[in-house]
Amino acid sequence: MTIEFEAPKPIVQMQVMLKTVAENMMRSTSREMDENEHAIPWDYVEFMHTAMRSMGGGGGLTINDDKPKEGAEKRPPIGYQKLASQIEMLSWGDVGYYLITPGGGLGAAAVAAAGSPEQKAKFLERFNGDKPTYAAMCMTEPGAGSDTSAIRARAVLDEKTNEWVINGEKIFVTGGDKSFTEYEKLGKGFIVVWASIDPSAGRSGMRAFVVEAGTPGVKITKLEHKLGIRASDTASISLVDARVPFENVLGKPTVEKTTTGFKGAMATFDATRPLVAASGIGVARAALEFLKEKLQESGIEIRYRLPRNKLTSIEKDVIDMEIQLRSAWLLTLKAVWMADNKKSNALESSMSKVRAGDVTTKITQKAVEILGPIGYSREFLLEKWFRDAKITDIYEGTGQINRLVVARQILGYTGAELR
Amino acid sequence: MYSFEPNEEQQMLMDAVGKYAANDLRPAAHDAEEGHEFPMRLVSKGWELGLLQASVPEMYGGFGDRSAVTGVLAVEEMAFGDLAGALSVLTPSLFATSVLLAGSEEQKKEYLPKIVEGAWAPYTAALIEYSFDFDPNELKTTAKAQGGGYVLSGEKVFVPFAKDAEALIVYANLDGVTQGFIVKKEAQGLSVSTEREKLMGLNALPMYRVKLENVTASRLGGASGHDFGLILASMHLASAAAALGVARSSFEYAKSYAKEREAFGVKIAQKQAIAFMLAEMATELEAIRLLTWEAAWQLDNGKEEALTSAYLAFTGACDMAMMVTDRGVQIYGGHGYIRENPVELLMRNGRGFPMLLGLAIV
Ligand SMILES: Cc1cc2nc3c(=O)[nH]c(=O)nc-3n(C[C@H](O)[C@H](O)[C@H](O)COP(=O)(O)OP(=O)(O)OC[C@H]3O[C@@H](n4cnc5c(N)ncnc54)[C@H](O)[C@@H]3O)c2cc1C
Repeated sequence: MTIEFEAPKPIVQMQVMLKTVAENMMRSTSREMDENEHAIPWDYVEFMHTAMRSMGGGGGLTINDDKPKEGAEKRPPIGYQKLASQIEMLSWGDVGYYLITPGGGLGAAAVAAAGSPEQKAKFLERFNGDKPTYAAMCMTEPGAGSDTSAIRARAVLDEKTNEWVINGEKIFVTGGDKSFTEYEKLGKGFIVVWASIDPSAGRSGMRAFVVEAGTPGVKITKLEHKLGIRASDTASISLVDARVPFENVLGKPTVEKTTTGFKGAMATFDATRPLVAASGIGVARAALEFLKEKLQESGIEIRYRLPRNKLTSIEKDVIDMEIQLRSAWLLTLKAVWMADNKKSNALESSMSKVRAGDVTTKITQKAVEILGPIGYSREFLLEKWFRDAKITDIYEGTGQINRLVVARQILGYTGAELR
Repeated sequence: MYSFEPNEEQQMLMDAVGKYAANDLRPAAHDAEEGHEFPMRLVSKGWELGLLQASVPEMYGGFGDRSAVTGVLAVEEMAFGDLAGALSVLTPSLFATSVLLAGSEEQKKEYLPKIVEGAWAPYTAALIEYSFDFDPNELKTTAKAQGGGYVLSGEKVFVPFAKDAEALIVYANLDGVTQGFIVKKEAQGLSVSTEREKLMGLNALPMYRVKLENVTASRLGGASGHDFGLILASMHLASAAAALGVARSSFEYAKSYAKEREAFGVKIAQKQAIAFMLAEMATELEAIRLLTWEAAWQLDNGKEEALTSAYLAFTGACDMAMMVTDRGVQIYGGHGYIRENPVELLMRNGRGFPMLLGLAIV
C-alpha cells in the first residue's frame, strides 16, 4: 500500500464524458424540471440508459466489479471510486436528475448487500435490459424514520401458498413511482420493503423483501412536494395484504437471537452513505464554482497563499469553502476506496456523510449570502442548489444519526450504551 | 490510483516515532513546559530516530530521500507526543531541509554532512516578524546585494535555539522576493536577545529574538537564488502535520476521559452532547489529515497546484487545531482548566499554529 492521490484514468475519462452530459442535458433544463415537479424527462432517462449500457458498466448507475480483461495486468478494484465520482459529477450537473438516472439505486444496493448469489442474479440482471429500469428502498414509515426499530410493517408467511403477506405504510421512497408503477417506457422494476417477521424479536426480526412492480395490494398513495431535488419522485406506498414469493426475502427467513436481519440494512448504509456524500459534494462544487465565477465577473480574484489577516472577508469565506469541500471529498474517496479494497468502512462512511452534510449545506448557504440578490434570484440556479443541498444532511441517516455511528465506533460503544 | 495507506517503510517509521512520542515526549511535556526546559537527553533520543538523516541523500551524509508525505506522517506522530519536544528535535531540519531544497551544491556539501552525521546541534532558521499581518512573502527584513555578496537588516522573532546556533537561515526581502540567507554565528551585526521569548505556550522551546544590522550573508542557491514557494509549502505542510499531532493528542485524552468520568449516573461519553463533540473532532482530524496528505503527495510529485494545496491544508489545520483542542478542555470541564491536566497545555499549543509558521519544515 501507499499514499497516492492520482485519479485513475478510467475515472478521469468518464468524468469528461459525464461533464458534457451534465452541461448539455441537465443544466439546460434544471430550472424547468424544478418548476414542473413530478414531470419525467424521458430524453434524459433514455439517453442515460443507452449511454451507460454502451459503456459496458451495465444499465444505469450500478456498481460493477470492474474485472480486468483476461491477460491484462492486475490492478486494484475501483468500482466504488468510479461510482462515487460519477455521482459527484452528475450531481454537479443537477442532483435531481442524478437521482432519476436509471438503475438499481438503493433497492439494488440492498439486494447486493443482503441477497444470496441466486437472488442477486435474479433481481439485478434486469438493469442491463433494453429499457431503463429502477428499484427503490422502503424503510421509512410515518412513525419510524431515524428509529428504524419502530418499523410497523409486518410480513407473515402463508404456508399454504408459500408466500409472504405484507402489510404496512411506507413514506419518502426515492424513486418509488418509477420503480413500482409500470410505465410503458420502463422495464419492470421493484421496491425493497423492510418489514418485521417477528415483532417480538425487535431488530433481529427485520427483513427486506423484494416486491415486484405492479404487485397487487401495493399502491402509490402520494408524491411529495419538496424543498429541492424536485425532479426526483418521493413516494408514499401502502401495502395491504401484498403477496410476494417466499424466495423474495433477503437473508434468513427464520429469526435467531442475533441481529443478522438488520445487519443487511446497515451493510447497505456503509456502502451508500459515501455515495450520498458524493452527491452532496457535487452540488456544493457547482455552487462554489458559480460563486467564484460571479466574483470574477466583478473583478474579484481570490488571493490564495496570502496570510488570513490580509484577506477580505469574502476571500476568507471562499478559501474556507475550498478547504471544506476538498476535505469532504477526500473523506468520501477514502470511504469508497476502503469499500473497493474490502476494508470495513462503517466509521469512514459515516464520517464522510457527516462532513458532506455539514459542508454542502454551509457552502451553498454561504454562497447565496455572499451573492446577495443574485444568490437569491431564481434567474440563476444557485438558489436551487441551496435547496437541493439540504437533503444531504437528512437522508441515509441524518447528520445526528451519523454522528452517533461515528461516536459509537470511536468509543467502542453499542447502540444501547449510546443512544 | 487513489490509495490511503502508508507504505511499509513509512509505517515502521511512524511506529518508531509514535513510540518515542508516547513513551518519552508525552510524560515529559508538563514538567518541561512548567520548568521552561526540555531535557536534552530526550532531544538527542529523538534525533537518533533519524527523521532528518533519512531525508538527506547518501552523498550528503544521510541515508534516504526527502519525501513530504513521509515527513508529514512523521511530524504528526512526533507532535502527538509534545509540540515543544518535537520542534526541539526537528530544529536542525529548519536549516538542513532548506539547504537541501534550495541550496547550491557547495552549500549542501558544506553543511549537510556535518549536520546529519553528527549529534543534534543547534542549526536553525528565522522567518517570523513581530506584526499582526506578518506575511512570509512580504518580509520587512531586507537583503541588499553588496559587493559580491548580500547584507541583511531587520528583526526576527521566535527563533528556536538562536543563542547557541552554529549558523542560521534568515529569510529576507530581496527586491520584493523572499529569499533565504545563511548567516554564520560569528557574523558582524548579528545579535541574539539574552532573554528568551515568553509565549502563551511552547515555553519548553528556547526561542530568541534576532537583530540584524548590515549582516553579511550568503544567499541560498548562490547568485541565482531559489524558489521560496517550495520552502514555504514545506513549512505549511509541517505546521499542518504538527497541528494534527497536537489535536489528536487532545482528542485522545478527551476520549479516554469521557469514557471514565461519570455524571448523572452514566459515563459522560454516553451523553450525546459529549459524544457528538468527539465524533466531530474525529471527523475534522481525518478531513484535515487527508488534505495534508494530498498536498504533500502533490509536492512530492511536482504538481502545479501543490503550493496552493499546502496553503489550504495549513489554513484548515489552524482552525482544526483550535476547534479540537478547545473541545478537549471543554470535555474535561473545570478539570480541563487546571494545568495538571494535559488538555490545558494542548489548548495553548493549539492556538499557536497561525503564528508559528516557519518553526517546522518537512
Ligand atoms: C427527499 C427524501 C428522500 C428519502 N428517500 C428515502 C428512501 O428512498 N427510502 C427510505 O427508506 N427513506 C427515505 N427517506 C427518509 C429519510 O431517510 C428520513 O427522513 C430520515 O432518516 C429521518 O427520519 P425522519 O424524517 O422520520 O426524522 P426523525 O427520525 O423524526 O428525526 C427528527 C430529528 O431528530 C433527530 N434525531 C432522531 N433520532 C435521534 C437520536 N437518537 N439522537 C439525536 N437526534 C436524533 C434527527 O436527526 C432529526 O434532526 C427520504 C427522505 C426524504 C426527505
